[in-house]
Amino acid sequence: MFSRAYRAAITLPPLLWVVLFLLIPYGLLFCYSFWSVSPAQTIVHSWTLDNYRELFRVNVYLQTLFRSMWIAGRVMIFSLLLGYPLAYYLSFYAGPRKDLFYQLVIIPLWVSYLVRAYAWKTILGSDGVLNTLLQYVHLTKHPLEFLLYSPFAVVLTLTHIYTPFAVLPIYAALEHIPRNLVEASHDLGASPLQTFWRVIFPLSIPGVLAGATFAFVLSLGDFLAPLLLGGPSGIMISNIVVSLFGAAYNWPLGAAISLCMLILVVSLLFLSEKLENKWSFR
Amino acid sequence: MATSTEPVVTSAKAGLQPLLAIRNVAKSFGKNPVLRDISLQIAEGEFLTILGESGSGKTTLLRIIAGFESANSGEILMEGERLDVLPPYRRRVNTVFQHYALFPHLSVEENVGYGLRVAKLPKDEIAVRVTDALAMVKMASFARSKPAKISGGQQQRIALARALVNRPRLLLLDEPLSALDANLRRQMQVELKSLQREVGISFVFVTHDQEEAMVMSDRIALLRMGELEQVASPREIYSHPATAYTAQFIGHTNLLRGEIKSGIVRCNSLWWRVGLPEGPALFSLRPENIRIVPPATGNSDINVVSLRGKIQHQAFHGATELLQIVCDDGLTLSLRTATRENRQGDVQLEFSPADAVPVRESPERG
Repeated sequence: MFSRAYRAAITLPPLLWVVLFLLIPYGLLFCYSFWSVSPAQTIVHSWTLDNYRELFRVNVYLQTLFRSMWIAGRVMIFSLLLGYPLAYYLSFYAGPRKDLFYQLVIIPLWVSYLVRAYAWKTILGSDGVLNTLLQYVHLTKHPLEFLLYSPFAVVLTLTHIYTPFAVLPIYAALEHIPRNLVEASHDLGASPLQTFWRVIFPLSIPGVLAGATFAFVLSLGDFLAPLLLGGPSGIMISNIVVSLFGAAYNWPLGAAISLCMLILVVSLLFLSEKLENKWSFR
Repeated sequence: MATSTEPVVTSAKAGLQPLLAIRNVAKSFGKNPVLRDISLQIAEGEFLTILGESGSGKTTLLRIIAGFESANSGEILMEGERLDVLPPYRRRVNTVFQHYALFPHLSVEENVGYGLRVAKLPKDEIAVRVTDALAMVKMASFARSKPAKISGGQQQRIALARALVNRPRLLLLDEPLSALDANLRRQMQVELKSLQREVGISFVFVTHDQEEAMVMSDRIALLRMGELEQVASPREIYSHPATAYTAQFIGHTNLLRGEIKSGIVRCNSLWWRVGLPEGPALFSLRPENIRIVPPATGNSDINVVSLRGKIQHQAFHGATELLQIVCDDGLTLSLRTATRENRQGDVQLEFSPADAVPVRESPERG
């Protein structure tokens, strides 16, 4: 139908993009993960599985990975617990204020991530807003130290940052539910609560899965929040990767960890898409 | 006109307690009045059709009965008790929605059993009733299908089974056949009507299709711009339309505008005797009540009105055809007659004065 030249012309740019920005970097990452570093701090270009052995031999890597998943898991749960009611209210009860509320959910995404993380530092620090307030009303005598530089601070900040990512797909799924299904449910004798659990929630599951995946995957790979607010106990896997590529100068090990993370995340996305398909009916 | 529908109609009139009584219901959306002062009764076992053009308020009236909208004033009683104060899920009324509204995540049998499950009936009773309901609409073999996998007509049957399985006192149907193609639609009209006879549940059926209303209903309530124009059996409403609007909306008609003076109505060059008060008057004359007669019979019988005209247009409708005739005095009439080959030129026509039914002018609303 279209000429060869035309087809080539529209295929080439995306193809170039994929090769330059995806295939080559991932290929390099893959190669690096099987290379090693000599004592003289040069990269040795000979194949070895040492990096992967190291990864499973040294406890700190797996421990940090599990801590990252535990933090990401909590962020996911809290984002859903906060995001679902918000999306539900927005979709079913906000009425004419719908657009306004929707914008209010979006606006924080326009503010730099760094600014939002620093804002939490200001709130949670020893001389921060929260501690000052607690002491002012005499609820505590000394600043609460666990607020900042802890997994708690990381979970709180990431939940704040990634809740909009949970709200939006849930909201979209709820908006897609034909309202006559809700009426049909009431018509057949189901109370509002029964209608929610039997009709609305099951039909919103694809959105919940998408939101959960966003919150979990984005949190899992986060490194700024643990860097700024995590302290030693709040270190996450990306911080280790960053230091391996930086100060520690062990690119091969960093690459091996990155590759494992990549495989984990891709499997999660794949699984989540399978589940979403299972729960969508149109 | 003794038809099988008559007893139902008279029982509603005879002061027996009606199943549903709508009293002075009015509703407006913002400043826009949608229903003004509707009063209507529905008898046990009756098939009542609410007929009207789009925007006449018929769907709003149905939604008020179902409980999805609330009236601004007036009340609705079911068997003497207030219905309009109950939420939709406490009313013994079920609805078949225009687009069926089947739950996409549930199978056909789960859809049908939904009402029984939320009512927490025992599992084995649910199974039996669901099976019976599916058999009733001839869909037993589709029990495990998902709604997306079955056709529109089949979804329609499931929607019907899902409503009827709850044994409601009253079934509301919101243009349930409008999405089906013409043949299936006619077939479903017949099925729906015989199903209603079988289960004996009162049906309130909303449609904009006057033919559908005539085929199915015991009574038709014709709604126009939020007010009831006429409520009567199909035969009554067709042969004795109360207003010009009714006469034109239900079937096809000629409206003759005349002047009555001392027992004689004059309409252009036509005249006939009537027993009506003097003054301007409007008559509805159905096209099938005008006859073509052999030319120059010169009928002087006072029980027929004779006229001459010229055939202007001939529209073929199958068994019958509709002729457009311009009379010598400029009056244009529609005439329905058995189909024949080309008709042309001048014709001699007549009709009986009894077939010219006096109708009221429909009041301006808006």
